Amino acid sequence: MTMRRFIVAAALAAFSTVAVRAEPDPSDWGAVTDDARGQTVYWNAWGGSDTINGFIAWIGDRVADEYGVTLEHVKLSDTAEAVSRVLAERSAGKDTGGAVDLVWINGENFAAMKQQDLLFGPWVEQMPSWANVDVAGKPAVVSDFTVPTDGLEAPWGMAQVVFYYDSARLEQPPKTMSALAEYAAAHPGRFTYPQPPNFLGSTFLKQALTEFVPDAEILQGPVEAADYAAVTADFWAFLEALAPNLWRQGRAYPQNEARQIQLMADGEIDLAISFNPNEASNAIANFQLQDSVRSYVMDAGSIGNASFVAIPYNANAKAGAMVVANYIMSPEAQARMQDPEVWGLGTVLDLDTLTTAERARFEALELGVATLPPDELGSTLPEPHPSWMVRLEEDWMDRFGVAR
Amino acid sequence: MAATCETQSVRARVLPWAPVLTLGIMLGPVAAGVLGTLGPAFGYMPALGGTEIGLDAFAMLFDWPGLVPASVLSVTTGLAATALSLLLVAVICAAWSGSVVFRMIERLLSPLLSVPHAAAAFGLAFLIAPSGWIARAASPWLTGWHRPPDVLILQDPLGLSLTAGLIVKEVPFLLLMTLAAMSQIRTAQARDTAMALGYAPVTAWFKTVFPRVYAQIRLPVYAVLAFSMTVVDVSLILGPTKPPTLAVQILRWMNDPDLKLRFLASAAAVWQLGLVIAALLLWRMCEVGVAGLGRRWVASGARGGATRTVRALSLVAALLSGGAILFGLLGLVVWSFAGFWSFPALLPDGFSTRTWMRHAMSLWPVATETLVIAASATLVALFLTLACLEAEERHGLRPGARALWLLYVPLIVPQIAFLTGLQTLAIFAGLDGNRMAVIAVHIIFVLPYVFLSLADPFRAWDARYGHVARALGAGCDGVLWRVRLPMLLRPILTAAAVGFAVSIGQFLPTLLAGAGRVQTLTTEAVALASGGDRRVIAVYALSQTALALLPFALALLVPAVVWRNRRGLRHG
Amino acid sequence: MAETGLTLDGVVIRRDGRRLVDISDHVAPGEVLTVMGPSGSGKSTLLSYVIGTLASGFAAQGRVRLNGQDITDLAPEARHVGILFQDELLFPHLSVGENLAFGLRATVRGRAERARRTAAALEDIGLGGYGDRDPDTLSGGQKARVALMRMLLSGPKALLLDEPFSRLDTERRDKIRDLVFAQARAKGLPVLLVTHDHADAEAAGGRVHLLD
Repeated sequence: MTMRRFIVAAALAAFSTVAVRAEPDPSDWGAVTDDARGQTVYWNAWGGSDTINGFIAWIGDRVADEYGVTLEHVKLSDTAEAVSRVLAERSAGKDTGGAVDLVWINGENFAAMKQQDLLFGPWVEQMPSWANVDVAGKPAVVSDFTVPTDGLEAPWGMAQVVFYYDSARLEQPPKTMSALAEYAAAHPGRFTYPQPPNFLGSTFLKQALTEFVPDAEILQGPVEAADYAAVTADFWAFLEALAPNLWRQGRAYPQNEARQIQLMADGEIDLAISFNPNEASNAIANFQLQDSVRSYVMDAGSIGNASFVAIPYNANAKAGAMVVANYIMSPEAQARMQDPEVWGLGTVLDLDTLTTAERARFEALELGVATLPPDELGSTLPEPHPSWMVRLEEDWMDRFGVAR
Repeated sequence: MAATCETQSVRARVLPWAPVLTLGIMLGPVAAGVLGTLGPAFGYMPALGGTEIGLDAFAMLFDWPGLVPASVLSVTTGLAATALSLLLVAVICAAWSGSVVFRMIERLLSPLLSVPHAAAAFGLAFLIAPSGWIARAASPWLTGWHRPPDVLILQDPLGLSLTAGLIVKEVPFLLLMTLAAMSQIRTAQARDTAMALGYAPVTAWFKTVFPRVYAQIRLPVYAVLAFSMTVVDVSLILGPTKPPTLAVQILRWMNDPDLKLRFLASAAAVWQLGLVIAALLLWRMCEVGVAGLGRRWVASGARGGATRTVRALSLVAALLSGGAILFGLLGLVVWSFAGFWSFPALLPDGFSTRTWMRHAMSLWPVATETLVIAASATLVALFLTLACLEAEERHGLRPGARALWLLYVPLIVPQIAFLTGLQTLAIFAGLDGNRMAVIAVHIIFVLPYVFLSLADPFRAWDARYGHVARALGAGCDGVLWRVRLPMLLRPILTAAAVGFAVSIGQFLPTLLAGAGRVQTLTTEAVALASGGDRRVIAVYALSQTALALLPFALALLVPAVVWRNRRGLRHG
Repeated sequence: MAETGLTLDGVVIRRDGRRLVDISDHVAPGEVLTVMGPSGSGKSTLLSYVIGTLASGFAAQGRVRLNGQDITDLAPEARHVGILFQDELLFPHLSVGENLAFGLRATVRGRAERARRTAAALEDIGLGGYGDRDPDTLSGGQKARVALMRMLLSGPKALLLDEPFSRLDTERRDKIRDLVFAQARAKGLPVLLVTHDHADAEAAGGRVHLLD
């Protein structure tokens, strides 16, 4: 009888230690990798691009080999799906064992999660790969749409606004917004942008806005602090004049960036905006675009930002998620990511901190035929405060979001 | 005294509960989900700080400028798609029933039905787009276009392409239901009698057969109406974007990081439910009106005519409708093997298997997952259906007309209205995010279709075989397993194929109950649809279709093989 | 002393208050009782009552006894009463041999024994070697013989006939009819025949009960 009680007590003790497992400590890298071994990490990331899905699959193979972590790519149509998932779990009281382990996130989605205390951390700056991240040269890696990341999200790719066009049909692409308006008036239906609140579409709004505000500093502060009506008057006038000259007379918009590629391939549009300087080259290599497509940047500079990954507060495999994030920031993964044959997204690393061998990997990369070399990319403009994006999206939907 | 079965065993005592259990499995979650949506709609959601009942969410809803267009769109596309499908089906039956052409149409129905909605929508989108196949075939020799015209065909604000996409899938469904109804009524005799009295064939059919047939297909028509008004995946592909249909907008609000919008989404879901109910009532009133007009038409004694015109028009319409799906699929096949393909080339510049190769590795586990879920849900649904039907047989539990309504509840209550509430409850119970949860939710939708597909053949089975078997010494169980089920092999396999197809095509249930962790071919295809590369979309849509067609092929092949020496069952 | 044969004791079957059948009679082993009446008069319901498969729309009373045992409340499979319908109702999914074997009781053990009995039965009706055939490929007369044999193999203690010859052409009808009655007499089975054809009643040679 006592033997049985002893066994039951031992079993209970074992179960209770398992249940009350402590959260992994980011600074103890050895413990983190130990914990991570055998875990399955569900990375919720936009799944609409074949290219990116392939890259994520490669990451999965590598972390399985090196760390024994199984990576599952949960393909979303919109990051907000993951946010609402975590939120729904919190409202049901599920504070551990959540369905989302890692989420590709930035901008207003990050701001919302941070504000609602939905994120685990801080953890990013304790990662071994953080040492190579170019914080000084790329301020966007610690300031997400002016909201400080506070170590809650790890940067993994740099995006910069470029425009791409079919050089066989358009010889001199417009380099300012006013020129763009003139071009659209002369060639109606040849340009469009994704429908806000799609991320890229909203970015077009912000990019245009930077050319019409009297002073760029205003955008760095919250929208409430500015005289909104006065500051945006020219901008809205520009958009109102542009709308009827857009593709489909502005009565419909493509829903995201990838659909624009199909439109250009079909010959329906000749000019489009993108966040990835290598997107056009990549598409050409995949037979998705004709090889006469080229990219360029606006004279006024282009908005740049970083893509991040974050870990929800209730994630099931936090250690595994940290291991994956750390690997994504490693030189090996970053070099592969920047390879135009693979994806072509810009790296977050400071090449000067790398060893010669690692740097060579980057230097060996061949730029695609439609990619601008780094010196032609022009100056990066910082992202406005997230409140601007929210306000612009709301107003755009009021003015253009419903057919008249 | 009715034929009794042995009453002592556990099974005998449990079997009479099968109908109640089945109804509970179907209706319980729907009711729970609707409640889980009603709460936040009226402001009650403690996790988000909403503790007071109020109408704030509805106020926000009425502030949205897109509400009127989206609601009007929802109602008009729903009514138009349903009415036109019904008209088309009625005219096809009137013009061609009993003829050889009709039998060919019948054969094609099952494959057409099993093509998932999303795949059919993708196919149609490529056919009719300004840069689509039809335009490419006609350019530039006929139209003079070297660039696609800037015409708003897809995603047009009136929802015409959405309506077309819906009609193309609803016509086979309603046609199947009508055929089943016609085989229960003795249509040939009624119509022949009328024709002997001098009525032209089409008019004869409409005056004598249609009213009785409609009474039988009323519930499927309601299901079609509700579905057309609230479908999400087809609207994402073909529907307008400014504003989108109400169901799509609800999904966007549900997913928006701004948490206040959660209440708005619930209010909109309640509003959508109200719209569906209003549309159903409107349709019911129209039924009465049309019935009145019809009676006057019948009494007028007009013999009708123009049979050849009607025959020709209906055949053209049927060909267009079926052709849209078939050529759409063909277009997808070409895209999946295409290199670079631009307007106005009729075929791609080059072909390659690259897209298939790249995706073969990731397709395989997803396809397996889809199969496992579909097989499990269908098996459970089949088991429950057979238990209900057998219970009905043994214990005389004949369901009335009321019970048939209950069967249609999961098909008429919009998915968007109750799945979100169900999701919250599922998370609360810790039941979500795994395959079991998805299977459980799929059963809710698979059950009605399996039941509808199997009930008539099961009940129509000649009971005298059972009497003979019992006189020969077989008990009730013996009759079921040794005589009835073997003879019903073909209808059972067909019902299973229907269940499979329904499960494979489910989008919202998999997305919400699976918490994104359970990936099926449909969730992948719609996620990729947001990406725009037609090649990849084609690969997933075709895989989805192939998987849905497989059970139908089996339902044709297996009986042919098993009954190769049994002529009596081969043409069952 | 146990009574042999089939006894119908005060059997009254009603539908919607209307009395369809009212019969009290006894059929001795080897004897044929013919029940005649116009269509819709309820003849078949009497047979349903006797084998225990009466549909639920009917109200019935009265006892049925077989060889002294009251079978009114027994399940159909326990009554040992055989029936032949107008249609042969050979199970389409089973071969001819399997159809015949369907009726063999579980007391006949072993595949070999069952196969032997089936083969012997086929020889009896002149269809030797037809064991693996598809029942649908048989002619009307062959099907009728198989149906009869199937029923006899189940060891019935009484025989009910629901107009079983009306589908056959005249020449075959006579032969099958004679075969059925000969077998019934040989095995000493009481026969209850339901028909609207006077020729059947005459060939049966027994008493006739008329339903109005």
